Amino acid sequence: MPRRRDAVVRRGLRHIGRAVSEQRAMFTLALLGSSLYAGMTVASAYVIGGITDRVLLPSFDDGATTGAALGLAALAILVVAVLKIVGIIGRRLFAGIMSYRLMADYRRRVTGQYLRLPLSWHQRHPTGQLLSNANSDVEASWFFVAPLPFACGALVMVAITVVALVLTDPLLAVVGLVVFPLVFVINAVYSQVMSPRMERAQQLRAEVSEIAHESFDAALVVKTLGREDDEARRFAVKADELRDGLVAVGRVRGLFDPMMEALPNLGTLAVLLVGAERVADGATQAGDLVSIAYLFTLLALPIRAIGWVLADLPRAMAGFDRVTPVLQATGEIPHGPDAAPTGETGATVALRGVEFRHEGAPRPTLQGITFDVAAGRTLAVVGPTGSGKSTLAGLLVRLVDPDRGTVELDGVDLRTLREGEVSSQVAFVAQSTFLFDDTVRDNVTLGGDFTDEQVHEALRTAAAEDFVARLPGGLDTHVGERGASLSGGQRQRLAIARAVIRHPRLLVLDDATSAVDPSVEARILDALRATDHPATVVVVAYRQATIALADEVVWIENGRLVARGAHEELLAQVPGYARLVRAYQPPEADAAERETAGAQA
Amino acid sequence: MLPKDRGAESATATLRRGLRMMPEFRHGLPLTFLLALVATAGRVVVPIAVQQTLDRGLGAPGGPDIGLVRELVAICAVVVLVTGVAVYRMNVRLFRTTETALAGLRVRAFRHVHDLSVLHQQGQRRGSLVSRVTSDVDQLSVFMQWGGVLGLVSLGQLVVATVVMAVYSWQLTLLVLVCFIPLGVAVKFFARRLATVYGLVRERIGDVLAAVGESVVGAPTVRAYGIRARTAARLDRAIDRHYRASVDAQKTTAAVYVSGEFVAAVANAAVVVVGVWLGIGGHISAGTLVAFLFLVTLFVAPVQTASEVLNEAQNAVAGFRRVLDVLDTEPDVQDPAVADPEHARGLPPGPLDVRFDHVGFGYAPGARKALDGVDLAIAPRTRVAIVGETGSGKTTFAKLVTRLMDPTEGRVLVGGVPLTEVAFASLRERVVMVPQDGFLFDASIADNVRYGRPALTDAEITAAFDELGLGDWLRGLSDGVRTPVGQRGESLSAGERQLVAVARAYVADPDLLVLDEATSAVDPATEMRLTRALDALTDGRTTLTIAHRLSTAERADEVLVVDAGRVVQRGRHADLVDAPGPYAGLHASWRRSSGRQPEPVV
Ligand SMILES: Nc1ncnc2c1ncn2[C@@H]1O[C@H](COP(=O)(O)OP(=O)(O)OP(=O)(O)O)[C@@H](O)[C@H]1O
Ligand SMILES: Nc1ncnc2c1ncn2[C@@H]1O[C@H](COP(=O)(O)OP(=O)(O)OP(=O)(O)O)[C@@H](O)[C@H]1O
Ligand SMILES: [Mg+2]
Ligand SMILES: [Mg+2]
Repeated sequence: MPRRRDAVVRRGLRHIGRAVSEQRAMFTLALLGSSLYAGMTVASAYVIGGITDRVLLPSFDDGATTGAALGLAALAILVVAVLKIVGIIGRRLFAGIMSYRLMADYRRRVTGQYLRLPLSWHQRHPTGQLLSNANSDVEASWFFVAPLPFACGALVMVAITVVALVLTDPLLAVVGLVVFPLVFVINAVYSQVMSPRMERAQQLRAEVSEIAHESFDAALVVKTLGREDDEARRFAVKADELRDGLVAVGRVRGLFDPMMEALPNLGTLAVLLVGAERVADGATQAGDLVSIAYLFTLLALPIRAIGWVLADLPRAMAGFDRVTPVLQATGEIPHGPDAAPTGETGATVALRGVEFRHEGAPRPTLQGITFDVAAGRTLAVVGPTGSGKSTLAGLLVRLVDPDRGTVELDGVDLRTLREGEVSSQVAFVAQSTFLFDDTVRDNVTLGGDFTDEQVHEALRTAAAEDFVARLPGGLDTHVGERGASLSGGQRQRLAIARAVIRHPRLLVLDDATSAVDPSVEARILDALRATDHPATVVVVAYRQATIALADEVVWIENGRLVARGAHEELLAQVPGYARLVRAYQPPEADAAERETAGAQA
Repeated sequence: MLPKDRGAESATATLRRGLRMMPEFRHGLPLTFLLALVATAGRVVVPIAVQQTLDRGLGAPGGPDIGLVRELVAICAVVVLVTGVAVYRMNVRLFRTTETALAGLRVRAFRHVHDLSVLHQQGQRRGSLVSRVTSDVDQLSVFMQWGGVLGLVSLGQLVVATVVMAVYSWQLTLLVLVCFIPLGVAVKFFARRLATVYGLVRERIGDVLAAVGESVVGAPTVRAYGIRARTAARLDRAIDRHYRASVDAQKTTAAVYVSGEFVAAVANAAVVVVGVWLGIGGHISAGTLVAFLFLVTLFVAPVQTASEVLNEAQNAVAGFRRVLDVLDTEPDVQDPAVADPEHARGLPPGPLDVRFDHVGFGYAPGARKALDGVDLAIAPRTRVAIVGETGSGKTTFAKLVTRLMDPTEGRVLVGGVPLTEVAFASLRERVVMVPQDGFLFDASIADNVRYGRPALTDAEITAAFDELGLGDWLRGLSDGVRTPVGQRGESLSAGERQLVAVARAYVADPDLLVLDEATSAVDPATEMRLTRALDALTDGRTTLTIAHRLSTAERADEVLVVDAGRVVQRGRHADLVDAPGPYAGLHASWRRSSGRQPEPVV
């Protein structure tokens, strides 16, 4: 147990060290400010004393004074005050900058990690929790920094006072100084009691944020099923837990603060009591005792400042302990040194014995997938729901790496390519479109260097030009978070435009046209193939028309490539394939079946 | 959008408005207040008592009076202890009441967000809304737990110091007060400035959260397009803007704080000058002046504390405003059971019909109408297919039927009752929609389906999947109905997510079911199986199905064709397919694409 207490305090001190070493310059400046402030606080006492002795008393005695003397006195007061103000500004400003810099810095690091870490990591971590890590946890980590320079300056003040005390009367000094070990003992106990409570509070903060984010994400479902009150109840349960957690924190803090406030006072009283005896015994001068007592009252503020920093440390540690795993998480997709082969023509694609298992899935989602697509050809990937088509698409654009086997672009393993190389050659339209809270133009260009001409052309290819033209701001219309102000099909078309504007050498469309009219889809694919150097296209599709546009089809079932060949071949040879693509077909059978179904019902 | 910036409103008005929203806060306040008074008194008395001990006990004429010192020390110790206990009790009470009040506020704001259409309609950023129920509320606690009491303490000290000063010399007291008048005047200005800078800080942190949320949810897009650098730059920009706003706020608070310091120095200098002048005139003694100089410091300290409290207060007010802005936003769709209980009704029992009475809808005033002049009736028990091109207004139609929004013109009636009069409890139970982007919670499949009907057991849920013809699919999963679906359902394939969403609506057992592209990602064979099963199971209900796959239209009792916000055709598939109009074109294209006709020559 004492070991752990020790550890908490030691970790806290190391954390302070981290803050100081990462922001040396700001800390030094703030410390200088604090010192100036401390110095001027003492100086102002001297100035008032000096003025009393040299100006006030003489003039009262003489019954007269000079304007110069009074002016000088006033000036002295003001000069000291101005210097003190400079000190305060320096301390507050630089301490503030220090803590905000640390926060901004760590927010950058944390969000940098979010962008770096693989998708599997993201799937394990709820968005609300990640928000909380970047926000309240980072803030908690560095909150204590604001009073830190002040407290450090206070330490100097304490040291000076202690020396003065010891010089004046060692015994009295010892009596009074019992206060200091007490401060640290109380703090150690406090840290130990507080730490688990703080950890819990930060954890609950994250959970509250998780529920809020998920619930707001689900707004439409919540509303259509009329479950608002249940959601509020679910949230209230966590909010109440957080309340209890914070009250538990408050109970300890509420005790710690008055103790820190009372200690210096009690120390002063002890000194007075013992001192008075000693004065009575003649061991000490009354004057010395008075100045010692004054020195002690001076100590009250620095001790409280130190108390503030110490009191915030458990919170800082709790926050930092939640940020650290994010910063230390690894698993970033490794990149090789090579540039991707370039060329005018479409890329060739090859999968060799690819196996992939989603994290947490009991069996591989894809197994033994081997096929290739020649440059400029179109491959349709067809398979029942959940057979692994999207997983395959993700492998092609290197959203994930296969557990076994390789994915090759122009004969080069994707893993050997530099960062950014794959996306420079390959464009991907995912099954669920994602638009940024940005303008139409930015959603298409994604910051790339494209002219409005090119944007319009891409929109035309994606059959999005007409509706964009009708939007109030045209290309500059903001689409809202995730494209909320567009219809489902409109969002999908923007996502397609985003892909085609890049003239990729490989285009992967994952059921990206489900909400687009078939004729429009045909136009899109035609436009892609009509150029002299057509892109290689891999398209996940259900529609026969789309499939028919493909040069070749692979049939995926249960994560295995069961058959490949031309559409007609598969129709003839693979019953499952025929059933799927012809599901809408025989209206006669359809009607007959419906009648039997109706009869049964 | 949420109303922006209430810059005009004063901080006290915000606080008052806020306290009204937090009835819990008033609970047990008198005793807390009493404790606060004791604490205040103690904090004011302690330094004076110590001072007295020094002056009277040690500085007694004729040497230290040990007996007196002992007595005074004992009294002081008691005062210190009583103060400590009072502060402790007060702290605990304050923590409890404020946290209870704030938890209540959080929940109320959260609940209110669900009443607003800002999320699904206007693309209000979720991250920013999350900050309103998390960190903005947190911001309040600091002020309510420390600031308020500290303000009280300093006020007490100020009063005591003024009284004592006046006892020593009323002229000099007046002088000190005059010196502080400019500060009193400036407070208003400071408060406004602080409110602005802190408001900005709160807004910026909302931006940061929105940016983080977007980059996390859009992670696959960010990776697929290799726009990590750009996304990082956007995040950095948001973070940086928050940083700069914070530093600006810090500058302002420092300025406010030191202005107190400066005024104090001026007051000191003035006291010296005027005091000497008064002394020479024989109005005060030297001792009085010296003592007075000490008293001025007692006066100045609370002024400085108060300026700190002002900072905290404005910070809290900034957070408060953002929370209150949510609460004050009128929901655009009101539950009549809440808004107008007298006239709220339930839907009549039995099958439901739908009537659109000259309905028009525009998403924004002045914008092109998404629906215009829709006037039609759908008989009960019919199976209606709604078809039309992308962006023609189908989803808008569905949202009006389910009253996710109210028409801007005309009215919608279900079961003969205007929707504006139907209590939500009844509406949401009887009318259910499966939205275009089905959303699953991070829980098991069973829990997600149960969301439609909480009382269901796992076995009943499995049975429901069997009824829908999805039993085989379910059994193929690792844990059956217990299989976790991951965040937003992302551990399932897109089609599988839709299957769960349909099952969820199915078990809710509505009388009017609206399916908006509910099976668009499901493979055709499964879709046919599912929709046929659903047809049989919902026989006798009214269903509205929106789909690009016209197989639904072929089976429907009636087809509504929407084009550019108008219903341009309606009737049976068989009648429409050969009639002139958009349907023939849509269907021809569908026929081609589903392979029932030779492919188009390209
Ligand atoms: N992150 C994941 N964790 C665990 N399992 C997953 C994950 N993502 C997908 N799966 C599972 O892997 C299988 C294949 O999923 P995938 O999304 O590739 O299917 P799909 O063929 O694209 O289906 P659909 O036609 O519905 O889009 C599914 O059974 C799904 O449940
Ligand atoms: N929240 C919104 N704010 C502004 N405009 C909107 C909003 N939602 C939809 N719109 C516009 O209203 C029109 C109709 O949209 P709606 O979603 O009803 O189309 P839809 O027929 O469902 O299309 P889809 O087949 O693509 O889903 C579109 O032009 C769309 O851009
Ligand atoms: Mg898929
Ligand atoms: Mg729609």
